[in-house]
Amino acid sequence: MPATVTLEIDGQPITVPTGTTLLNAAALAGAMVPTICYHEHCTANALCRLCVVEVEGARVLAPACVATAAEGMRVHTRNERVERSRRTILELLHSATDISEAPEIQLQLDDYHANRERFGNCEQREPEIIDDNPMFIRDYSKCILCWRCVQVCAADAQFTYAINFSGRGFETSISTFFEQSLTESSCVFCGQCVGVCPTGALKPKREWLLEQGQAPADVLAATRGPGKKQRARK
Amino acid sequence: MVERSPCLGLCDQAPAAMVNDQALGSIPVGVPAAVIASKSLAKPAVVGGSLRHLTRRCGTGTTPVLATYVADGGYSALTKAIQQLTPAGVIAELKASGLVGRGGAAFPTGVKWESAANASGAEKYIVCNADESEPGTFKDRILMEDDPHAVLEGMLLAGYACGAQRGYLYVRAEYPHAQQRLAAAIAEAYAGGYLGSNLLGSKFCFEIELRSGAGAYICGEETALFESIEGKRGFPRVKPPFPTTAGLFGKPTVVNNVETLCNVPLIISAGAAAYRQHGTEKSPGSKLFCLSGDVARPGLYEVPFGVTLRTILDEMAGGVSGGTLQAVLFGGAAGAFATAAHLDVRMTFEDLRKADLPLGSGVVMVFNHTRNLRTVLEGLAHFFAEESCGKCYPCQLGTVRQHEILTRVAAGHARAGDSQLLSDVGWTMLDASLCGLGQTAATATLSAIKLWPELFAANGKAQPAHTP
Repeated sequence: MPATVTLEIDGQPITVPTGTTLLNAAALAGAMVPTICYHEHCTANALCRLCVVEVEGARVLAPACVATAAEGMRVHTRNERVERSRRTILELLHSATDISEAPEIQLQLDDYHANRERFGNCEQREPEIIDDNPMFIRDYSKCILCWRCVQVCAADAQFTYAINFSGRGFETSISTFFEQSLTESSCVFCGQCVGVCPTGALKPKREWLLEQGQAPADVLAATRGPGKKQRARK
Repeated sequence: MVERSPCLGLCDQAPAAMVNDQALGSIPVGVPAAVIASKSLAKPAVVGGSLRHLTRRCGTGTTPVLATYVADGGYSALTKAIQQLTPAGVIAELKASGLVGRGGAAFPTGVKWESAANASGAEKYIVCNADESEPGTFKDRILMEDDPHAVLEGMLLAGYACGAQRGYLYVRAEYPHAQQRLAAAIAEAYAGGYLGSNLLGSKFCFEIELRSGAGAYICGEETALFESIEGKRGFPRVKPPFPTTAGLFGKPTVVNNVETLCNVPLIISAGAAAYRQHGTEKSPGSKLFCLSGDVARPGLYEVPFGVTLRTILDEMAGGVSGGTLQAVLFGGAAGAFATAAHLDVRMTFEDLRKADLPLGSGVVMVFNHTRNLRTVLEGLAHFFAEESCGKCYPCQLGTVRQHEILTRVAAGHARAGDSQLLSDVGWTMLDASLCGLGQTAATATLSAIKLWPELFAANGKAQPAHTP
């Protein structure tokens, strides 16, 4: 296998190492391909499909985060066909979930002239906030199912496997086994999931309580363990 | 207790029910549940057509036992392959035959087998995709129920050609009857020396394990099917890698539809040249069509490629019943609509492609002029919203929005711009979804928009029926 491949991205020829994803190849060519679920330290799963690009001759659009560059490929990162898919995906996402705390997605909505009211009054995912531990809350009405939390909990980082999927299709949600509380699960409260959540669906408990208008002293009282002794200074 | 059931694969005998794992068809409307439960087994399926190669043992009401199958020439293709042909010779014959997959994607079977045979690694698998869940399809059920050994022989030949030692036969949960017959056939084949070690005195060893689905349409998608066999949630995988290099358990895998595999013994027995005597140059052989809906004789029809829709519909299935032809749903829920204008389209891959119709799995679902197409579309959209796995955004969200819009269209409350909205959602699902489910979840809707734009007009009255 040759070490490099040469392809054309938006009319510009570029040579990249074999195995380079179209996302990285586009970046090298100076074309910014938008992503939502992609995280450089997580396995790419091509879920959000916002990164789709048109590869000439292909039947459907290709997800740039996982599709690899091939010799002679001609790629269009932003034409009318690509824009329609990206705009519609953003409109669909906005119609179903609360992405008010996802500034990057808000910018993408603007960039693609997405109509935030496109679907009008439609079914939304509005599960109740789960407040079952002193470390963080889970507000799945803000969850966009990017899978990052599940992956860092599993083989991408922690190998704890505390969370996974429940439900199917539109009703898919992130859950513990049998929806038991996190304290009953194998969760070790490492916080990796909170760190990679892009929408504020997973949020540190103290941050959340402060947002609710609680006084800092009350927040500390509510989240600090009881009777923890100060180690005496020597 | 009576429950509303999802697809039972009994469109040829609608309205149908499953009572204590027994399939019952042609139930008169209005019959109380207790009466249905006391009924005897469904009638044997109507099997017809101008060619009876694949279906020559089907529709008789009996399932051939091993001795009957062997006496009728069964397992002679396997014997011929093992005793006279090399694995490469089997693949060459298959490639020469021009056989392409019958599950819907029409991929050349010989090329697929060759790719798996050439893949590195000693451990390889053959998977028979018998998760026939496309609404309107029942061909594989009839093949499995009426000729189970032919399915096994096809898998054995695939195993021999590709160097696989193990096969999985993944049958949907809604087919308990087919599962029983296959399990019995597998047991017979082991006892008769057609499965197991050193088959027919050769070094070839092959095992077949029967697996049951659990009711998910997505598990008919080949990579989701692998996940299911592996004991995981049925999410489709990102391709590439393709199954022939990294499939089931990460090993090179050939996954074929039931009808595809049933073609293989015929090709090996008679030879590619004889097989090519039927059908057309680009679509050789015969094809099974599942006729259902408003036709006089719903059933399974085998025809050589190249006959017209009119021939199948009028001459074989007895024509449209209950009125005049309004629409034909081609290829199932994941298919597209045709009208009377398409009656003379020849049933070949090349002609159908030209007519922008998918052959799919061979579904021909007929709607007469009294049927409300808006309601039909709503039903199809409901199916996809129900069956989307939730992995990729376009399908997870798009199928639900499509259903919502088509629900209001069917209720006569279409809004201005709904047609455009359906097009955008539909094309986004088609273009950007991860797997075939999402990519075809809007093809029927998009074809309806093209054929009957007036159905989606704002303030369009909910008519009892659409008159073209």
